[in-house]
Formats: sequence, structure tokens, C-alpha cells
Amino acid sequence: MSSGRCAACRYLRRKCTQGCILSPYFPSNNPQRFVSVHRIYGASNVTKLLQLLPTHLRAEAADSLYFEAQCRLEDPVYGCVGLIFMLQQHINAVESQLVKTQAEIAVMKSQGQNRETQQAEPDFNNLLLRQSDNEAPLSFPNQVSSGFI
Amino acid sequence: MGGSSPCASCKLLRRRCAKDCIFAPYFPSDEPHKFAIVHKVFGASNVSKMLQELPILQRADAVSSLVYEANARVRDPVYGCVGAISYLKNQISQLQMQLAVAQTEILCIQMQQQESALPTQIHQDDCKPFLLANNNNLDSISQYLNFASSSNVIQDPADLKRESFWT
Repeated sequence: MSSGRCAACRYLRRKCTQGCILSPYFPSNNPQRFVSVHRIYGASNVTKLLQLLPTHLRAEAADSLYFEAQCRLEDPVYGCVGLIFMLQQHINAVESQLVKTQAEIAVMKSQGQNRETQQAEPDFNNLLLRQSDNEAPLSFPNQVSSGFI
Repeated sequence: MGGSSPCASCKLLRRRCAKDCIFAPYFPSDEPHKFAIVHKVFGASNVSKMLQELPILQRADAVSSLVYEANARVRDPVYGCVGAISYLKNQISQLQMQLAVAQTEILCIQMQQQESALPTQIHQDDCKPFLLANNNNLDSISQYLNFASSSNVIQDPADLKRESFWT
């Protein structure tokens, strides 16, 4: 049962020792992962960075380094900062839409309140007309219809 | 530009700053921390290779983004910029949820307004005789249903409501 070299040691053409700090995070079955990271950061920088971290955080750090390296390879000018900029723009757009929608709600609610106020008025008029015992039945429906136009 | 005094990178690397030094335009000597942090995270040779592969016009932007990433990585050695990306994505999700709630509220208000307008619309069409016979409590749902069953204009109140919602 021979344990092969990790992707890092294979790429660097060196012996992969048992204590190799890179081997848990750059397995031999994914050589491209180390190639990307090495191109952007360099093996020694990655090693130094991982050595400074507690063991339980190194996997996450290796993943984030790989993600950023991939972003930089895809966009050599802006890297993942381009993605951050796009996300910030998206946030601005959604925030504007939210503010606009909330303003619409406020307008609709105030229009609804105005309509309720207008609805109340015909009832009052109807009472007055009934008291005076005039042609109330015909005037009441007309007032209701005009209130809803 | 980079004439007599070495640029920040050549100062840190302790080497002679050539006239065509690739770092000199972007790492002036009065900003030593900028190159220091980029060198710490990426390494001078990697930065040099990256800049060489870019057109001159894009190099300033590339340096700015590298400095940004390097700062993020020093501040958060585990997640770097990925931490900021996760945070922003969460913010977007929350805002989109708030927007969905607000849009649903608009639909509810519209439905309520259409419902309150319905009895009057029916009245405008054909219900004067009905109203003359029963001229109070026009908002009563039972009156609406009685009119619907007795008239051939509207077969089912639910149909009318459905039509109003989706018009």
C-alpha cells in the first residue's frame, strides 16, 4: 500500500513526506487545484499561510485560496474583487427596488384610506335625507357609484 | 517617475530600481505598505508575472485589486475576500426576501381594493331594482350572493372575483 505524492509535491517534483502540510488539501486526484493556487500565490506563500493557522481551519483556508486563485485566473485584472463589485451593485439595485416598492405600498395604503373616508360620507348624507323624508333612495346609489369611480 | 529614488518594491527587495521597473509606476516609494502586503500574500515574482501578462492600461487596476485582496487576506487569513463575498450574498438574499414580502403586500392591497370595488361595479351594471328594494347595507355579502343567483349576468361570484384579480 504505497501512499502516492500529493498534488503539490508531484508538481514541485519533491518527496512527499508524512508531515507534508499541503497534502491534506491538495490531493493527487485534483492536480489542477494546486496548479491554480501555485500560479497565483506560490507554494511557499501557501505553506507559510497554512502553517500560521490552526489545523482545523486549514481546509477552509485552502478552499478560499483556491476560489480566489480561480477568480484571478479567470479575470487577471480584477480577480474576485470584480465579483465583490458586482454583488455590491446588485445590492444597490435590490435596495432601490425595495425602497420603490415600499413607497408604492405607502401610496396605496393612503389611497385606500381616502377611499374609506369617501365611503363614509354617503352614509351620513343618507341619514340626513331620510330624516328630511325626501327622494333619498335614488340619490344614495348615485353617491355610492360616484364614490367608487 | 521612479528616477533617482527606488520604488517601494525595489526598496523592500533591496535591489536597484531600473528605469523600466515594472513595479515602479504602481508602487511609489511613499506607499511602502502597499507593496509589502502584496509581496506578503502573492510574492513579488508572482505579481511581476501577472503584471507582465497584462496590457499596460490595465495594470493599475490589477494592482489595486491585488492590494485589496492582500489586505482582505491579512485581515482574515482563513477566508480572505471569500468572507466578504459570503457576507454580500447573504445581504442580497435578505433584501430579496424583504422585496418579495413587500411585493406580496402590494398584491394583497390590490386584491382588497378590487374586492371593495366589486359590489359597486355590479351595481353599476344591473342592480338598481335590487337596490331600490333593499337600499341599505350594500356591503353585505348575502345581498351580493342573492343578486348573483337571481341574475344571468354573473353565474358565480367566485368567477367575478377571479376575473378581477387577474385583469
